[in-house]
Amino acid sequence: MNKPLEASKWSAQETGAEQWQREFAASVASDKPTCNRSGIAIKPLYTPQDWHGDYATDLGYPGQPPYTRGIYASMHRGRTWTQRQLIGLGTPRDYNARLLDMIAQGTTAVSLIPCNSVFRGYDMDEVHAELLGTCGVVVNTVEHMDQCLEGVDLARTSCAMNDPTPFGLLALMLATAKKRGVDWSKISGTSNQSDYLSHFVANHMFFRIALPGARRILIDHIEFCQQRLPNWNPVSVVGQHMQQAGATPAEAMAFTLCSAIQYAEDCAARGMAPDTFLPRFTFFFDISVSLFEEIAKFRAGRRIWGRITRERFGARDPRSWRFKFHGQTSGVDLTRQQPLNNIARVTIQAMAGIFGGLQSLHTDAYDEALSCPTEFGARIAVNTQNILREEAHLTDVIDPLGGSYYIEALTDEMEQKILAVMAQVDAAGGMYRAVEQGLPQKMIGESARSFQERIGSGQQTVVGVNAYQVEEGRSDRQALPTPDPEKMRAHIAAFQAYKARRSQAAVQAAQDGLAAAANDPRQNIFARVVEAAEAGCTHGEICATLRRELGFGQPLIVV
Amino acid sequence: MTTHPPKVLITKIGFDGHDRGSRVVASFLRDAGMEVVYTPPWQDIPAVVKLAMEEDVDVIGLSSLATDHLIVPKLMQALNAAGLKDIAVIVGGIVPDADESMLLEAGVAKVFHPGSGLDEIAAEVGRLADARRAVSV
Repeated sequence: MNKPLEASKWSAQETGAEQWQREFAASVASDKPTCNRSGIAIKPLYTPQDWHGDYATDLGYPGQPPYTRGIYASMHRGRTWTQRQLIGLGTPRDYNARLLDMIAQGTTAVSLIPCNSVFRGYDMDEVHAELLGTCGVVVNTVEHMDQCLEGVDLARTSCAMNDPTPFGLLALMLATAKKRGVDWSKISGTSNQSDYLSHFVANHMFFRIALPGARRILIDHIEFCQQRLPNWNPVSVVGQHMQQAGATPAEAMAFTLCSAIQYAEDCAARGMAPDTFLPRFTFFFDISVSLFEEIAKFRAGRRIWGRITRERFGARDPRSWRFKFHGQTSGVDLTRQQPLNNIARVTIQAMAGIFGGLQSLHTDAYDEALSCPTEFGARIAVNTQNILREEAHLTDVIDPLGGSYYIEALTDEMEQKILAVMAQVDAAGGMYRAVEQGLPQKMIGESARSFQERIGSGQQTVVGVNAYQVEEGRSDRQALPTPDPEKMRAHIAAFQAYKARRSQAAVQAAQDGLAAAANDPRQNIFARVVEAAEAGCTHGEICATLRRELGFGQPLIVV
Repeated sequence: MTTHPPKVLITKIGFDGHDRGSRVVASFLRDAGMEVVYTPPWQDIPAVVKLAMEEDVDVIGLSSLATDHLIVPKLMQALNAAGLKDIAVIVGGIVPDADESMLLEAGVAKVFHPGSGLDEIAAEVGRLADARRAVSV
């Protein structure tokens, strides 16, 4: 009869929490402390004891400050994320065929990746011919842009141009639109890669013009877009480069927010009111396979940006507070070994971004660690998104992990970690000064090295690389065909013919106007870039003029 | 035989600027006691040849993420023409299998693919440097 009494006496002595502690310790003899990539200690269990926030002030409803749960009331339930796959290969004709094919498969927005020669700011007749079109489309003139976008309704299709300072590809697109009679106010899309600081820090690919010139052109570009392209996002602040270069997720978020603050301050210094430019700021992030950490990173970043725009810049328009971001699954996480495993990695990364509340997503192809992705790999990447959306129904519930003790505690801890790094940058005088001093470069280099060493020591498993290896022969996979040299020669010949037949006087006048604007702070350089494109100047000529007038930038390398 | 540490030039030629791989490898080799000459990306081939000669490096390590390995054979020709055939060249990065054979035929000593260990890379650089010194002594 007294057995139940004993039981209740026992439970009065030991709480459920204590019992769990004891049983956990007994069954997991040597539980090692674990840390996520940002260095936050991860506990084995999270309970109400781990989150003391207030629903209304710390989480709130989607579409309302503090935006922890998403920037729109309806989020993916109302409108799914944009499926934006990067493509770019070969000649403009090759690109156009691939683009129309991707649109037929469900891609809903255009993205244009130019050849690396274009990124560096050179025309096709200035570079090693072997490299042309191997990693992006060779687009140098308004004719090329017209060919790239043939069959695409520019008034109705959002276009992302991978287009760093001085935004020559956008200029070529505007010239194309004018030729087609499309009103510029209808043009929508984003100047991806407009974040010159991220290029300087982490991905030196596009570093064509010295920092002060790049700084001025960005603000000129923002001002121009504000006046002429109301549906264009002139600023995409890029955390992706920095995380790919080795920054931890918390560091990448912190540096990105600091760059955004820098650009907002530069706009304000130009006399623009915050609510005129902040609604057009967008962000672009890397999504690693560290699932919960990435979700927390995005939720924390969104909350911090909402606060900064309101408190630091005094923005009153809710559109200024919204942290709109594009996510790309991390290529660094992908392996050459057993490459099909990458499909699983990309799926997890994509889920992290979706649960993190992204607005647009690029999923990497499984074969990116082998070479530029094949069409086969790209189709699986697109279908991964289709599966997550339409088979797994990830769009059904808004912020489905909100309220998880773990996610909320981790969101708070990531926020603290991010704010600590931001304080370091602030102490250095803001992101521009910090970058000049090499602070982010140094931190990113150290994080990259330490992550590599964790893989080397086996602390961080990478399946197929340091664990679960199998004997693998050479892959029998067809390498992506390199552009047909014959076609590329014809492309170069047509380019030279184009240069010969355009109005040399108009080209010269436009180049002179561009050079004059570069030396006259009262003029808008980007407006002159657009005029140069309309006058028939090539992309490389525009870059060359600005490189000459504003100085070629040398990166500050910190090893 | 080796009286001073291996000397290696870590660089990138062509148009790509992704330099995480080259920075991590350079800092590891430096901390492993080697003498490392490091350049920013986008070096011209003549500039690499000149630097290799002036610095008298034992090994050139080229990092390639985005197809820049396709112009490595041009670098090999330029090194040969400059009488620097004894400098070993290694390539690390995204190199499709078919292109690896092309690089080895062009005289590249070794191609490291993603997932290669830093220790493994350091050991190979050390071995290649020793081999060069053994011949030149």
